Amino acid sequence: MTTAPTLTPEESIGSRIRWTLHDYRAIVGQEFVHMYRQPANFLWALGFPIVMVLLFVYVFGSAMDVTGQGAGVDYVAFAMPGMFAMTMAFGFMNTAFAVADAKEKGFVDRVRSMPMASSAVVVGRNIADTIHAAVDLLVLFIIAVLIGWSSEGTVLETVGAFALLLWLRFALIWVGVWIGLLVKNVEQAGNLFALAFPFGMVSSVFTPPELMPDWLGTIAVWNPVSATATAIRELFGNPLPIGDAWPEQHALLAAIVWPVVITAIFLPLGVRRFRNLGR
Amino acid sequence: MATTTVEAENLGKRFKDTTALDGFDVSVESGTVLGLLGPNGAGKTTTVRILTTLLRFDTGRAAVAGFDVARDARQVRRRIGLTGQQTAVDDLLSARQNLVLFGKLFRLNKADAIKRADQLLDQFGLADAADKQPKKFSGGMKRRLDLAASMILAPQVLFLDEPTTGLDPAGRREVWETVSGLAADGTTVVLTTHYLDEADRLCDRISVIDHGRNIAEDTPMGLKRRMGADRLEIVAADPVDLPALRSIVDAVAGGGAKVDETSGSVSAPVRNPVEALTAAANAVQDKKLDVADIGLRRPTLDEAFLELIGEPTEKEGDQ
Repeated sequence: MTTAPTLTPEESIGSRIRWTLHDYRAIVGQEFVHMYRQPANFLWALGFPIVMVLLFVYVFGSAMDVTGQGAGVDYVAFAMPGMFAMTMAFGFMNTAFAVADAKEKGFVDRVRSMPMASSAVVVGRNIADTIHAAVDLLVLFIIAVLIGWSSEGTVLETVGAFALLLWLRFALIWVGVWIGLLVKNVEQAGNLFALAFPFGMVSSVFTPPELMPDWLGTIAVWNPVSATATAIRELFGNPLPIGDAWPEQHALLAAIVWPVVITAIFLPLGVRRFRNLGR
Repeated sequence: MATTTVEAENLGKRFKDTTALDGFDVSVESGTVLGLLGPNGAGKTTTVRILTTLLRFDTGRAAVAGFDVARDARQVRRRIGLTGQQTAVDDLLSARQNLVLFGKLFRLNKADAIKRADQLLDQFGLADAADKQPKKFSGGMKRRLDLAASMILAPQVLFLDEPTTGLDPAGRREVWETVSGLAADGTTVVLTTHYLDEADRLCDRISVIDHGRNIAEDTPMGLKRRMGADRLEIVAADPVDLPALRSIVDAVAGGGAKVDETSGSVSAPVRNPVEALTAAANAVQDKKLDVADIGLRRPTLDEAFLELIGEPTEKEGDQ
């Protein structure tokens, strides 16, 4: 029989950090193989926003007067940034699915019984999903340009807008991790999509909150997804919702702060939940 | 000299409204295979999860490979392998990619991880399937891959939680052979099962667990011996002969014959099995009785088990 290798000891903090990064890389690498092996899943995940774009731009959009200049005017310019924001908002459910699946299949337990950095499951997941989101955005960007949308902002503003989008997604991934660890199985995670849906839609993504009933409009205005959508509209130089509520007037600030708040709440919740798997 | 690799004393664990472990003791000598045998909900999986650092416990003390499970979880994790109830391999990665991933997570560099993966694929008879995805494997193959993933660092103790549950007979046989091989190479193994033949076949010692307590611990043979002596059994070809057969068995065994109407058999414990069997066979021939079967029967582990736990537990859902 061949002799098995022995475990590399961890003498110093430096080597500990190095090995932790090594663990993250291994988990991220695993996710890349997943994407590569399941191109269909990747395309399906993109199919949803693409269908929504087509529906809203060509079916409902012609009836919507978002700029006050008549129905259908500038709707593509208004809706596309919203679509980017919505894709970011819904994507975190994929994280919840993946985490719930890893937990259900015993993968999380196996990893927890190993001498690796246990944070790798969660952090590696987040890195992989953020990269995934960046690819999603790139594909959507190309489609948007193809149907006639363009950014009127400078290159820096345009890049900044995409950074804000990823920033929102990064924060929401922690929500996904927490939900994935909270639910019993993948089916339960699937049911929660019913909650994610209004979260994405009751916002300024497709319609200006001013056109909604007051109470709903208020919710929409304060929705983190709206903050990001409005902020990137500003950066892209696309038409803005006409409201004067605080988050609409300070959308850029709100789009930076909201994800900080979300991360501050859900990162500790996720970590605590992960630790409590041992209770 | 034999050393103790796993030692747990007075383990207690409560979940919300159930007591999973209630003062459980266990100790495993290195290089031996211990079976935790018990009905569903007895506390087998809870024990394994505690010993593999996955679950905190309320009372007691546990040490694995010389390290305290609660205080030195990290040191314990370096020295154990775990194969849980579900096969925890990644269905989308190929068999080799799975082992390389786990190799990396066991902190091997890429070259070493690949080398070790190929060694394990050979050792577990998976070399031909190295580039296939586990979702295309048979149950037995998938389990073997799972076992291989637990053996990356050749752990001092391998924990197997119901390693053959859900496998077909061929798959069970494959896994049994693999586990026997690992044990023969000197790996200490702790496995849970509710299959008595599995415990009988694989284990050096069996700990019978019920309601979170250790109710017996012995060798498989010792457990069977607790059921008493061998039994002489005669199965009647025609139930009409049962009274006559009963008197024969009573005569050679010195009393104690029991008639089982459903199987149409008579049996009794005997002190000198061969003598009793010969005498009984002669008597049957003298009286020209027709019998379906005559022979000696060792008590099975099932009987020992049912005797020990009393009535079967109906509780579902092993914690």
